[in-house]
Amino acid sequence: MSGNADDFESVVKTSRSEAVAEFTSQKKGALARLQHALHVNPALVPLFVLLASIVVFGLLLGSKFFSPFALTLILQQVQIVGIVAAAQSLVILTAGIDLSVGAIMVLSSVVMGQFTFRYGIPVEISIVLGLVTGMLCGFVNGWLVAVMKLPPFIVTLGMWQIVLATNFLYSANETIRAQEIEANAPLLQLFAMKFNVGGAVFTVGVIFMVVLMLFLSYVLKHTAWGRHVYAVGDDPDAAQLSGVNVKSVLISVYVLSGLICAFAGWALIGRIGSVSPTSGQLANIESITAVVIGGISLFGGRGSILGALFGALIVGVFTLGLRLAGADAQWTFLLIGALIIGAVAVDQWIRKVSA
Amino acid sequence: MKKLLVGTALAVITTAGAAAAQDVSACLITKTDTNPFFVKMREGAEAAAAEAGITLRSYAGKVDGDHETQVAAIETCIADGASGILLTASDTSSIVSAVTQAREAGLLVIALDTPLDPIDAANSTFATDNFLAGELIGQWAAATLGDDAANAKIAMLDLAVSQPTVGVLRDQGFLQGFGIELGDPNKWGDETDPRIVGHDVTAGNEEGGRKAMENLLAVDPMINVVYTINEPAAAGAYEALKAIGRENDVLIVSVDGGCPGVQNIADGVIGATSQQYPLRMAALGIEAIAAYAANGTLPENTPGKDFFDTGVALVTDKPAEGVDSISVAEGMDLCWG
Repeated sequence: MSGNADDFESVVKTSRSEAVAEFTSQKKGALARLQHALHVNPALVPLFVLLASIVVFGLLLGSKFFSPFALTLILQQVQIVGIVAAAQSLVILTAGIDLSVGAIMVLSSVVMGQFTFRYGIPVEISIVLGLVTGMLCGFVNGWLVAVMKLPPFIVTLGMWQIVLATNFLYSANETIRAQEIEANAPLLQLFAMKFNVGGAVFTVGVIFMVVLMLFLSYVLKHTAWGRHVYAVGDDPDAAQLSGVNVKSVLISVYVLSGLICAFAGWALIGRIGSVSPTSGQLANIESITAVVIGGISLFGGRGSILGALFGALIVGVFTLGLRLAGADAQWTFLLIGALIIGAVAVDQWIRKVSA
Repeated sequence: MKKLLVGTALAVITTAGAAAAQDVSACLITKTDTNPFFVKMREGAEAAAAEAGITLRSYAGKVDGDHETQVAAIETCIADGASGILLTASDTSSIVSAVTQAREAGLLVIALDTPLDPIDAANSTFATDNFLAGELIGQWAAATLGDDAANAKIAMLDLAVSQPTVGVLRDQGFLQGFGIELGDPNKWGDETDPRIVGHDVTAGNEEGGRKAMENLLAVDPMINVVYTINEPAAAGAYEALKAIGRENDVLIVSVDGGCPGVQNIADGVIGATSQQYPLRMAALGIEAIAAYAANGTLPENTPGKDFFDTGVALVTDKPAEGVDSISVAEGMDLCWG
């Protein structure tokens, strides 16, 4: 203090080094170290569960499951939920929740399809308009949450109904058939394009999902915007006081989430071939399931987006594995339910490290 | 004095109400108002009601399975003094108490498309014979395969794990038509015939159809006959087959007869489908209510069945010997949605 009244740094530095030294020296048990490792890297648990379940099903079912074909089939089956889970993760990291993801996805795909076939707009422009539709829905969500201060659960519960009703009213629930799309607007099915690598089948949709996850993971960890997302989720007041523009961060998260959902809508057309207004009804629940199993805290501010990818893959592995083992489909739901509760229990335990 | 005034006013209103009730009115309550099947049903009911001079009020659940909205609609119809209700129930057993209430109030209740549980809870049921619909596509598939039917590998793409009756009837009808011995005909999945590769569920849409097909192809990639609960599921299954290059050597059969489905037969996606007639169901239902309102006549069941069969026809562009069918062009004239 003496001499330089502005010298806060030195005080902080000294006190911090002491505190950290004491903290680590006190707790050195194996369990505590595991708890710490999980706290630093929360995607480890789902990654372990994923690898373990692949090994178990591989041992049980042999080459039928442990083949490049079956393993890449899982990737194709989870691509839609995986992409939507990326959007869901962003929102959940801000301590929000988005129930409207599936509806935004379907409306975007319907816009892409109907604009092309009903109005004869060039397919490239229709796709851009579909993506813009997703962003607009996301913006409404974000504005209501950030500016009007309404709870995300309520906002997106309302938007879910509104967007879904718009989807049915606008499309009259008419399906655009795969054959018509293939003949007139193959660009809509871009995400279905596939590559064969020695029995393994990769589609553009699968690659998009993985690249999107890696990209978001980088952005969240290594950019200012990404750190702000975590800060807002952890404690919006503290973030505000530290100079983070909480409102614009929140709105940008919801807009980005809407855009990703619109991409999921495009991928959905590739996946099912046609534009069907009745698809994706459960995407919100399935994406929340993937995010929770992936170890992202519903209380916001903690978790790795890669966890959501692992979470989606775990669901995919269980679904296909149990089907190949000849089990009733209900067993899948039962096990997924157990996984959800287990994942949240682990999350609560990890949280204690900071308490 | 005030009381007297109110009483008189009430009496006037009630008399006026009774006078208005002389005009026959009917209610149509569907599962949703978005599914083309129910949209067509409403169009049929509206046209028939206009012809018979009946006022029609339409209600629908918000989503398939929305039971509360349907109960509220029945209560509204009773209060409204309607002569009859046409109902496609979302929850076939829970709705029974509301239906009983309506019947006690003197309304004619006709279940359309979906039988109630028990079926006699409604005055009558106007529906497709779903077992027959399944049987027709089963017979067609067996006849088309000829001798190869003995070595067929069959994928069964059903509706839901809860095994709703419509899904079970179509599934079991198909198997019987194909010549496979059934276990308990009230559920699917207990058959022992090795020709069945497996059952999986689709939720009746493209997404579910594709996933279920992929799952069963992972069990046995040489599947060559695919039964599907409806045409969207069939379109999804086709995409899964196309992804592994087997779309041309697999026979897909379905049930419904929606316009995109019939078009898919022309395009070679689906081999044959059993077409049902929602428009006719609703029109006949309205006529029955008109007859009941006029002189109390109750509708009668089709002989030998516990419901009134509104008909089903096999649509295909490759007729098989011994199985009656109509052409794609005829199917297009009659299709819905």
